[in-house]
Amino acid sequence: MAERDVSPWRRFLALPNESRTKTILVAFLVSAICGAFVSLATVYLRPIQTANRAAEEQARIEALVQGIPGMAGILAQSGGVLSTVVIDLASGRVADGIAPDALENALADPGNWTPLDPAEDLAGLGHRPDFVQVFLLRSADEVSLILLPLSGQGYGGRIDAILALRGDTNTIAGLTITQHSETPGLGGRIDEASWQASFPGTELRDAAGEMRFRVAGGPASGVHEVDGITGATRTGRGVTQMVRFWLGPNGYGPFLQAIERGEF
Amino acid sequence: MGPKTEYWRVLTEPLVRQNPVTLQILGICSALAVTTTLATAFTMAASLTVVLTLAAGLVSVIRHHIPDTIRLIVQIVIIASLVIVIDQILQAYFAEISRALSVYVGLITTNCLVLGRTEAYARHNRPVAAMVDALGNGLGYSLVLILIGGIRELFGRGELFGARVLPLSESGGWFTPLSLMLLAPSAFFLLGLLVWAIRSWRPEQVEAREHEPPARAKVAE
Repeated sequence: MAERDVSPWRRFLALPNESRTKTILVAFLVSAICGAFVSLATVYLRPIQTANRAAEEQARIEALVQGIPGMAGILAQSGGVLSTVVIDLASGRVADGIAPDALENALADPGNWTPLDPAEDLAGLGHRPDFVQVFLLRSADEVSLILLPLSGQGYGGRIDAILALRGDTNTIAGLTITQHSETPGLGGRIDEASWQASFPGTELRDAAGEMRFRVAGGPASGVHEVDGITGATRTGRGVTQMVRFWLGPNGYGPFLQAIERGEF
Repeated sequence: MGPKTEYWRVLTEPLVRQNPVTLQILGICSALAVTTTLATAFTMAASLTVVLTLAAGLVSVIRHHIPDTIRLIVQIVIIASLVIVIDQILQAYFAEISRALSVYVGLITTNCLVLGRTEAYARHNRPVAAMVDALGNGLGYSLVLILIGGIRELFGRGELFGARVLPLSESGGWFTPLSLMLLAPSAFFLLGLLVWAIRSWRPEQVEAREHEPPARAKVAE
């Protein structure tokens, strides 16, 4: 070619592959195009994935309630519908002015989060929301079942769970894991029904009101423990700390006291 | 030999004769992990085949302009982006199966089979030939996955695609599920048996011995 090609694109393609300019440009172009492609797919598919996750969570809550002995009957009595309440964690009362569907917007505001002191941050969260949506099931004017969403730090990442408490606010009626990233086959077994089956009937506190719940290192001994999973010590500890944090004074403690006083 | 028969050969060669899993023993990590049921094996096989075919096509299109020094990175970036997109699609439209596959879809990125085909074939061939080769290899991989997944689901649960095939003894039938089939070792055994069967049928696949066992020392008189 006697004359230099006018189009910069052709000049770029004609460069020898080993030249520094072409190497950098090819690397840049490939990553830019791939990046754009991945971002497009993620942004476009996110609404569908969110809807899937919401449906899945709903299904898990229903499965959790159905799996608790005696619950099917209570559900039928109360029309099979759980009431949804947004509570203010600090006061333990219903959060006025925040409807369940406005909760997401409220939590987008960093002012509605409370930073946690490392000493009291058992679950490794860093900060917790001030408002949480919980589910209550009533029978004969008394709260018979409380479903509390929990989250905490596991071994591989955050664990999200829903804990079902009986109306006495001390006996666990069931637990279901809604999201986790633990090692498949080890800690990942926390989402298996066979492990979750050891939760119903477990008690949180002893007669003196001291929090005693824990995931045991092996088979459970005593009414305050659930079975551990072999090879998943840190996942088990994560679950223990998560439950202890959320049912303690910085979590649902004030709310559970309000239930005991009969305010709900 | 016309181009048509050539493509046909490239497509069918990896099914048994050059099967990437049983001959080259590539990509067995995922082959072992996701074959507890047919549904997951099938989804994994389909995802890998799609990723492999598209990646081979893309790498082949830009093959004259990939600088040699960064060619592996360029290939991995292309493969990884495709894998992320496939993973997102699975999460959106096949949430149930996506959860069962968990991390293994993401691990397609590091599957030696995919990088092996783009590096060994797509980089030197025209897009159509590269995609046909990739499709053939994907199908060869799928064949092994579906076979092992079928055997494991059938004997481990007495089901195929979640439908009851063998009546379970606990519900009045005669079949007791072999729970070993649902654990990882059984996949090793099955894969080993499969490799053995194929190599007995086609002895040309048997590799040359790397070491001769030492002659046994004669017992001192």
